[in-house]
Amino acid sequence: MFEYFNPYRIFKINSNLQKIIFFCFIIVLSIGLLEALFLSPEDYLQKDSVRIMYVHVPSAWISVGIFSLIAILSLSVFLFKNKNLILISKSLAPSGMLFTLIALVTGSIWGKPTWGTWWAWDARITSMLILFILYVLYILTFRIFEDQDKSNKISSIIAIIGAINIPIIKFSVDWWNTLHQPASISLTEKSAIDSSMLIPLIIMTAAFALFSFLIFLMKYNTELIKVKNKGLKRL
Amino acid sequence: MYGKKVKLRFLFLSLILIVLILTVYIVLKSLEDNVVYFISPTEIKELGEIDHNKKYRVGGMVKKNSISMNSDQISFIITDFKNEINIKFSGVIPNLFSEEKGVVAEGFLKDRNFLEASKILAKHDENYMPPEVREALKDK
Repeated sequence: MFEYFNPYRIFKINSNLQKIIFFCFIIVLSIGLLEALFLSPEDYLQKDSVRIMYVHVPSAWISVGIFSLIAILSLSVFLFKNKNLILISKSLAPSGMLFTLIALVTGSIWGKPTWGTWWAWDARITSMLILFILYVLYILTFRIFEDQDKSNKISSIIAIIGAINIPIIKFSVDWWNTLHQPASISLTEKSAIDSSMLIPLIIMTAAFALFSFLIFLMKYNTELIKVKNKGLKRL
Repeated sequence: MYGKKVKLRFLFLSLILIVLILTVYIVLKSLEDNVVYFISPTEIKELGEIDHNKKYRVGGMVKKNSISMNSDQISFIITDFKNEINIKFSGVIPNLFSEEKGVVAEGFLKDRNFLEASKILAKHDENYMPPEVREALKDK
């Protein structure tokens, strides 16, 4: 099944796909920003600082989602020893790290006017910081270890061990007392966010997801070029 | 369907994961006092002894009609609807601080009913809505 993924074919498809995704991203982002900054109402309590949420929450979702993906891919790498999967998870990491940083920074900016502090060592915020450190470690292993087998192994171990952090991030607000508010949106219950605010949130999430996908495709193509430069017929 | 090696690796991996989850669980359980950001007034009442040199963080709701302000001091009551604690504070209060909203006060405990806060943080809840919706909900 994996032979189907011929690197050179994928490279071509990728290059074309990038243009389409970029186009979609610009459109969705413009609509999202328009909704988030101008059309959506202000909050009854936080006033205009609620607009930070439209960047903060999607970034947090995407960063956690990408790390889960990397963890699943790393597990499969360990099981099936497929090197293509390593290239995929390696290419996913940069945008994941970027969005973790954005979530932390925007959260901090939101925290000052609402909570009254830039930073609190509560469970949710600390576990997000750990996620950021895990991303940095994950990306660094590919730079530090020149031996490919070694870097593949160590990065997979980081991702698999780091996966434990994902449920901790998700449920930290339910398990412990935290300054961070509990989840507003759940699959089973009615959302605690008014629908007029939910729409920009979903559009922004779509925009950020497209952006991650675009960065992923670019990075993945770079990796494929590296493989080609090494003169390998297959991965 | 899968080879013997894959099955072996899967078994090994599941074992590692189970051990990892258990370790993390035990570590977090033993560190619970540090993971928890604040304690409730009820937990203050149940404290064995009070350390007067340690800062405590108490969280809960600001009781209705309990806020009183002087020129340089504010005092109010934090409640978790079972127990209450008096808070005294002088300094800048966050914008979102108000009656019947979540709050976290950090400071030294004088006794089980009184905390002199050095920092006040407002806690935001999970509800987001425009002012009109809020008004409509209030009328109900």
